[in-house]
Amino acid sequence: MQSFSYERAVEPAAAVSAVVAQPQARFISGGTNLLDLMKLGIETPTHLIDVSRLPLAWIEETSDGGLRIGAQVRNSDLAADSRVRNRYPLLAQALLAGASGQIRNKASTAGNLLQRTRCPYFYDPTMACNKRSPGAGCGALHGHNRTNAVLGVSEACIAAHPSDMAVAMTALGARVETIGPSGQTGFIELDELYRLPGDTPHIETQLAHGEMIVAVELPAAPPGRQFYRKVRDRSSYAFALVSVAVAVDVRDGQVRDARIALGGVAPKPWRAKAAEQALIGQPPDAEAFERAAEAALAGAQGHGGNDFKIPLAKRTLRQVLTTAAQQRA
Amino acid sequence: MSTFRHTQALADGPIGQPVDRIDGRLKVTGRATYAYEQDEMGPAAYGYILGATIATGRIDDIDTRQAERAPGVLYVMTYRNAPPQPAFGPPLTPTPAEVFTRARPVLATDRIRYYDEPVALVVALTFEAARSAASLIRVRYTAERGDHDLFSRLSEAYTPTRTNAGLQTDSAVGDFDTGFEAAPVKLDVTYYTPYQSHNPMEPHASIASWAGNDLTLYTSAQTLANFRGGLANTLGIPRERIRVVSPYVGGGFGAKLIIHPDAVLAAFAARVLQRPVKVALTRQQMYANAGHRAAMQHQVRLGADSTGKLLAIGYDVWSATSRFEEFCEQTAVFARSLYAAPSRLTRHRLVPVDLNRGEWMRSPGEAPGMLAFESAMDELAERLNQDPIDVRVLNEPEIDPERGVPFATRSLVACMRTGAERFGWNNRNPAPGRVREGRRLIGMGMAAAIRPNYLGASRAQVSMSPTGRVLVRLDMTDIGTGTYTILTQVAAQSLGVPMSSVQVQLGDSRFPQTAGSGGSWGAASAGSAVEDACQRLKQQLIQVAGVPYSDGQAQFAGGRIIASGRSERLTDLMMRAAPTGLQAEGSVGPMGDSYKNYSQHSNGAHFVEVSVDMDTGEIRMRRMLSVIAAGRILNPKTARSQILGGMTWGIGAALMEQTLLDTRHGHFINHDLAEYLIPVNGDIADMDVVFLEEADEKANVLGIKGLGELGVCGAGAAVANAVYNATGIRVREFPLSIDKLLPALAARDW
Repeated sequence: MQSFSYERAVEPAAAVSAVVAQPQARFISGGTNLLDLMKLGIETPTHLIDVSRLPLAWIEETSDGGLRIGAQVRNSDLAADSRVRNRYPLLAQALLAGASGQIRNKASTAGNLLQRTRCPYFYDPTMACNKRSPGAGCGALHGHNRTNAVLGVSEACIAAHPSDMAVAMTALGARVETIGPSGQTGFIELDELYRLPGDTPHIETQLAHGEMIVAVELPAAPPGRQFYRKVRDRSSYAFALVSVAVAVDVRDGQVRDARIALGGVAPKPWRAKAAEQALIGQPPDAEAFERAAEAALAGAQGHGGNDFKIPLAKRTLRQVLTTAAQQRA
Repeated sequence: MSTFRHTQALADGPIGQPVDRIDGRLKVTGRATYAYEQDEMGPAAYGYILGATIATGRIDDIDTRQAERAPGVLYVMTYRNAPPQPAFGPPLTPTPAEVFTRARPVLATDRIRYYDEPVALVVALTFEAARSAASLIRVRYTAERGDHDLFSRLSEAYTPTRTNAGLQTDSAVGDFDTGFEAAPVKLDVTYYTPYQSHNPMEPHASIASWAGNDLTLYTSAQTLANFRGGLANTLGIPRERIRVVSPYVGGGFGAKLIIHPDAVLAAFAARVLQRPVKVALTRQQMYANAGHRAAMQHQVRLGADSTGKLLAIGYDVWSATSRFEEFCEQTAVFARSLYAAPSRLTRHRLVPVDLNRGEWMRSPGEAPGMLAFESAMDELAERLNQDPIDVRVLNEPEIDPERGVPFATRSLVACMRTGAERFGWNNRNPAPGRVREGRRLIGMGMAAAIRPNYLGASRAQVSMSPTGRVLVRLDMTDIGTGTYTILTQVAAQSLGVPMSSVQVQLGDSRFPQTAGSGGSWGAASAGSAVEDACQRLKQQLIQVAGVPYSDGQAQFAGGRIIASGRSERLTDLMMRAAPTGLQAEGSVGPMGDSYKNYSQHSNGAHFVEVSVDMDTGEIRMRRMLSVIAAGRILNPKTARSQILGGMTWGIGAALMEQTLLDTRHGHFINHDLAEYLIPVNGDIADMDVVFLEEADEKANVLGIKGLGELGVCGAGAAVANAVYNATGIRVREFPLSIDKLLPALAARDW
């Protein structure tokens, strides 16, 4: 770990200015990811701005019937919020499927969104990784890549985004509210927040240096039922091999609305719009679910160890859609 | 979770009682002092180890100048300035015992033998300063090609001269080939088990402090004598100059039987700097530097007649071994004593790889071996269309089938029968893949457990103060197993005093030497030594008590000495006749004639119910029961915890545990607890343990038999067999992760 200086921000605009002023400065909130990375020498900020005590820990109603979630709401608190549990059950389920109780108590909403992608070669500074050192090569491509991504990847990087919460929020069509480097308020669709690795896997989001997420806005809850299903190697404290977030509205023998996002399979929470389109207007039957699953994984490419994620994701999605339809009927 | 037990507590004594851990309160309140937290030697400097980033080759250049100038840095040690050490010896020590005390030089040469081998130690005023400075060291290597794969290199396998613990490499009875060939029912299957890592919660950590030529090492050790011997040989000083202190140990599992780089480097640095130095391995460093279980290929060949009687048992194991230090896990050895068959063959072969040495990992031999072998027995039962328990009962030997000597005690059949009844085994549908609950398949499996019972030479000292307080001292360790508690029970029982009058002190090499904690022999060895010391102390008490106590059969109970209708409080007796106190030393072992003339094992049977999601392949435990016969149970509470831990190891081995070796680099890539998965509470479900108590006077004076590791033996196979019963899919490569189950699940039309 490199030496660094530390200051505690008292209000959002000042926090942004403080980071803007130093190219190697970083925001820190719960620290559940950044501190690990600093100990390993993977992140080497020279200055930390602690935003964990900023007055951004509220959850409020929006005029269009949605929720505005402050960036500093802890994952545990968000999962326990009655509005979230009643109106966005898939978000509550996703939060509770993530990490451990201790980590959820520390982790913030914005920090969860901005955690780094996961890959054993990224987490080992002695191994080649384009994300850590652009141009160094990718150790995972021909190495142990069982947990890596199959969608949206490049030859430069096949790391998967580890968040459960972000998958649920992506399915719900969330957008983030930011304060930009010069103090202006901005909005980014969550689906647009993340960049695919391409040949610059070290740049993971669209945020400018110093741009800070202050809130996440959820639109009004989609109609129908919601499910978050996480498949992993053990029952707790494990990253998703595959996860599926689904909100589906079935009425009169027809799928009226569908929102689908996948986790564990891509460098970002993966909205499966083609799968949604394959469902909408169809009867909720095995054939439609099969087509949706195929559409969701269209273009997926395994790298040996993670080949199984493609059928696993399809089968998981089909199971969740089947369950959703059954419960509706 | 409730424990049903058949334990018969000795009348009025603490042995057999479910006594709470004596050290429990200290541990849960953070007052039990672990190695890295010791502070009686004064402020220590912090050492941080830098590891090699190649697996094989040489250091061409190592530039430490920047690190030496970094703030807070006191000293940087590399092979260039490290104190002289003996060369690392041949791969195999002349005797099995010497492996525990051989010199283990660190930073001794420019040669790199495994990935992450220490190349430098940075000592600084803080841990952070040391770690930061370590990142400033520039090392240039000449890398050489190493060999890291096992399965593609079986043709390079060699026959070791012995296995771990000095056991025979091969065994043969009758003519296996002929017997197997002639058998009407044949099974020939190959299983694979992965590398595994111990991962005790407390990492390997040491603080070294010198006073002149005397070294005190505060460390986390299972066996202090091994640490003394290993340090003496590595540092080149007499073992009498070394004191090893390890009062509390946060888990060992075989990874703390011998010294590791933390101990050696702390000792050297403290000597050079003339101040205490502490060094701990990071979690990541533990994977390469603190032992592992090797990957293995297991070929099991079973031949039976049509009634299910085994005619031939063949078990061949190929295992990876470090090129520079051989470790042959005794994987096939248990099969020599488990089932009867006229033709038998067991063999161990090793393939050298450029990794650090393998070490003793919980239930060495049985843990991987029974995973494979007891899965194969399940396959045989299915092929015979018989119940897995019936096949095992049918092949129950009357005497040890290879040694030809009687079993001291053997309750395997009773364990299986009791378990079957309590678990509801009759409800199992023998046809696989038939029991469904929604999208889940339900299955039941079982497996047998066997583990040798050992005894290690041990001594103990017991003293009684003038006020009747009993002090028990021995260099035994409590690695979380409950040793403090059971030795208190033994001494209190033997001397007839309340447990509150007894204090047990462990973990200091100034106390009488024991065999330490390992091989599940701790309770038997240390317990027998304490019992012997108590007997000798009682003889002294009888002598000083005089008539009538010295005339007849004196008893000790309720804090009194009793004979011929008279009694006296021990406190009164001490004041009257031994006002300066009494002290006795006792001993036990090594294993004597009763081990030569009898086959000594503990046994058990595991029962498991799982569910398997037919879409995703997720396996979830629903129920598990282990029935255990391991002699006298000193404390059913701590014993139960040991077995629960073993069962959990079995679940982990079956379902998720594996250290992934990147064979391109010779590097264990999933080297932290986020990537190396062991079961969490949610994976365990409902577990129960039943003890079938045995009276085994062949084992030792107290009838104690090895217990802790027995819980692992076969436990994973019971899980795997349940998965098969649920799905009809037999995965022969452990762990049974989703990726391995999914193709076969997807190929079926449920």
